[in-house]
Amino acid sequence: MAVLEVRGLAKHFGDFKALKGIDLTTREGEFLTIVGPSGCGKTTLMRLIAGLETPTAGDVVLDGKVITSLPPRARNIAMVFQSYALYPHMSVADNIAFPLKARGVPRSEQAQLIRWAAGALGIENLLHRRPARLSGGEKQKVALARAIVRKPALFIFDEPLSSLDAQVRALARAELRQLHERTGVTTVYVTHDQIEAVGLGDRVAVMQAGALRQIGAPQELYNEPANTFVAGFIGTPPMNLLTRGDLIIGFRPEDALPRAAMAKSKDASQEAVAFQVNVARIEFLGSEWLAYGSIDGAFENARVLCRLRQEAVGMVKVGDVQDFVVSSSRLRFFDRTTGLRTVPAATCAPAQEAVSEVNGKVRM
Amino acid sequence: MRITSVARTIGFYVALALLGLFAVFPALWMVITAFKQNSDLYDPNNNPFLFNLPPTLSNIEFLFTQTNFPVFLWNSFFIGIVVVVVTLVLAVPAAYSLARLMGHWGEHSSIAIFLVYLIPPTLLFIPLYEIVTFLGAADTVWSLILVYPTITVPFCTWLLLSFFRSIPREVEEAALTDGWSRVGVFFRVALPLAAPGITTCIVFAFALSLSDYIYAAVFVSSTASRTVSAGVPTELIRGDIYYWQALMAATAIVGIPLAVIYGLLFDWLVRGFQVELPRSLRA
Amino acid sequence: MKNDKTLGAVRKRKALPKPYPPTGIADRDGVVGTLMLAPAVLYVVALVAVPFFLAIALSVSDATVGDPAIHHFVGLANFIDVMRESAFLLALRNSVIVTLATLVLLTVLTIILVELLARPFPGKRFAEILIILPWAMPAALAAVGWLWLLDSEFSPIDWVLRSVGLLGPGTALGPANNLYYLGREWLGLGAIVVINVWRTLPLSAIIVLAGRTAIPNELFEQAALDGAGYFRVLFRITLPALGILLTVAILFTVLVIFGDMTVVALTTRGGPGYTTEVLPYWAYLKGIQGGALSQGAAVALFLFPVLLAASILVLRMAYRREEA
Repeated sequence: MAVLEVRGLAKHFGDFKALKGIDLTTREGEFLTIVGPSGCGKTTLMRLIAGLETPTAGDVVLDGKVITSLPPRARNIAMVFQSYALYPHMSVADNIAFPLKARGVPRSEQAQLIRWAAGALGIENLLHRRPARLSGGEKQKVALARAIVRKPALFIFDEPLSSLDAQVRALARAELRQLHERTGVTTVYVTHDQIEAVGLGDRVAVMQAGALRQIGAPQELYNEPANTFVAGFIGTPPMNLLTRGDLIIGFRPEDALPRAAMAKSKDASQEAVAFQVNVARIEFLGSEWLAYGSIDGAFENARVLCRLRQEAVGMVKVGDVQDFVVSSSRLRFFDRTTGLRTVPAATCAPAQEAVSEVNGKVRM
Repeated sequence: MRITSVARTIGFYVALALLGLFAVFPALWMVITAFKQNSDLYDPNNNPFLFNLPPTLSNIEFLFTQTNFPVFLWNSFFIGIVVVVVTLVLAVPAAYSLARLMGHWGEHSSIAIFLVYLIPPTLLFIPLYEIVTFLGAADTVWSLILVYPTITVPFCTWLLLSFFRSIPREVEEAALTDGWSRVGVFFRVALPLAAPGITTCIVFAFALSLSDYIYAAVFVSSTASRTVSAGVPTELIRGDIYYWQALMAATAIVGIPLAVIYGLLFDWLVRGFQVELPRSLRA
Repeated sequence: MKNDKTLGAVRKRKALPKPYPPTGIADRDGVVGTLMLAPAVLYVVALVAVPFFLAIALSVSDATVGDPAIHHFVGLANFIDVMRESAFLLALRNSVIVTLATLVLLTVLTIILVELLARPFPGKRFAEILIILPWAMPAALAAVGWLWLLDSEFSPIDWVLRSVGLLGPGTALGPANNLYYLGREWLGLGAIVVINVWRTLPLSAIIVLAGRTAIPNELFEQAALDGAGYFRVLFRITLPALGILLTVAILFTVLVIFGDMTVVALTTRGGPGYTTEVLPYWAYLKGIQGGALSQGAAVALFLFPVLLAASILVLRMAYRREEA
């Protein structure tokens, strides 16, 4: 259980700034997910923490000790790679023993620890196999066993579920979380999949183009995104973002209802704003319906997506031009030039005007 | 003009057979000659490809008992072994260093290394002759042991470079985080995984040291220290008399096994060049 | 996840013994890398770079086998003397002709061979063994084999030609019963070219094959769908894709052939007279057999510009495309 701190960590490859001065502190024992599109620098960050690369500037601090200049083997960090990186020329047992050998653990203790780690992950029967003869899920367990067999101060996971099939992935997610609860070791988990990040993390750190855009609990990122990037990145489908003058107005697809449905819903008494939507397409996805449309006029044909609640489904047809209503408290405003979140609608007069100018405030 | 698939298959095998024949014809001819009796061989009217008189082992016997061929074989073998050891000691670490520790240029130095291999001995043999004489090694097998690695080390480094590059980086990084130093990773992960490459190197280093003619002919003149390549062409000709059958037997005995071994390693060699493939070719 | 209790033990288990392995030089990639590379580099520098400069020094001195030390500086005298000899132009001409002719033939045969070896087929392993034999066989031994193949009395090729009536009195190829391959100027050069092509075809094919097998199948499938015939595919798709490696193979061959003396030394011996000498062989004759080390070095150095040009071209091609 340790606190990982990253101070002003930067990494430049020639002119290319892969990482631009990141500051980050984990909480003890937390499961922190780091997420972002490819090229955002999350892998670089992870490799710097592990010691596989040296930073251009900044420090990595683990448990109060500055480890920036230490080689990987001295950092007491265990890493699980995307490809699992099992040693092909060794049996599973030898794979698990490898870190113990490196630290001069006596043979008898090695055997005990291997048995324990294999038992913890349910792979005792695989100890004599070679990695080539393991399935994806089995390989992952061996990689995990290899990581937990010594008690590291920090786990780093590099997209460990991306090579698994979808069904196995959900199960593996649950098992990973359980492992974390039991071991209590601070874990940093890197992924490009925001669903996974939000589902797994105690806190989520969103990265883009080498910078940390926001860090916080999944709920916080979802409901109070700090900028347009986080707003559009977190959540599936992403937040609708409409440009209007100097502002970008955002709302979640499930917060927009056809006017008629709003009247019947529990948000009926709230202050709300209406948008006129040309419905272009309706998609049935089993568990939900999505309506795709565009908003004319001042929003210049901006595309929107609305998640239709059950009661609303019958009210909308392709080709309709309907008012969709969003309660004001669910609107989020962003500055157009910086993309950063600005003050909420309730206290911002210009924002109010911008909206009402187009479609008129509606009090239900 | 559309070519039907039957015609295509026939054309394929015909072309292959022609080229194969072109490649192997001399060797076939060597083997046949080796077993021919004198009176059969030295009759211009006889079909050279048939045994008009029964084949004989006398030529081979002659080769091994009445000539210095066994001495040449032993010298070549001894030189080969020592050169292999020297080559491995120099080339294996060098290749790993270039593949993993010398950055982008190291990784892509494959073609440059191969060029060093291609520097012709004829450019350097005269000054090397001076150096070798100066060191007192002239006319001994040690002169060749000293110089052959200039051929084998670049070639083997080039070959091993592609092997080391093909080891997944993550496996080595896992070993680093697991607690080994870079040196530890080299010995415990990289070397075992490059074993096929190292085997290939041993074979090629040995074969390359067998193949050279110019250094062997220039640096060594006394029979007792000659290699197969230098000894066979010069010593099996006594005055004006060429002992052709023995000559052919000697060439076949050395050449054909080498061809078989090289042929089995054909794919490794292709791989050695594949790493250099520029990205633009991969659509 | 089973065994809650055992997993809970992780929290309570003692940490692994400290202190951690002391870190030192073995961890520093830069240092380790240099140390691992150094011996090979030092060796190559000592036995390749140094001799090269020594060759230059020799060529501007008057060293001989009898007196090999470099005492006097004679400027370009060796080069001028060498260029005045009539053998010089012949050797130069021959080096160029042999190299060019080998290249042309080699290119055609390489393309054919690579097309044949591009895909698996039954017996491919056996074919590979046959094809690689010319390169695998030590050059000197192969030369001896060809020496016998082209013998002036007993050549089996002549026998075949006689049997089909192309050789012998009153036939197309002349009244004699044999073609004196190695005793005539142009036949001799031709023979050298054939032997060279024979010897270098395997390596050339291997290099180009490395590129051929990397051409994605989709390109060919698309072409088949578009209805392209065999030769159109060859010229429009295969050859352009192979362009670089083919050039690399050709340039490598230039390096090998231009600098080779083994074949000439053992077959035509430069004869008749010195009409089939090539530069490297002449260097050998002058320097070692003739004893004039400095002159031999001077002749050998004429090789250098061509080799350098070829090497630079290869490097530029390979690395320019790498950046792309």
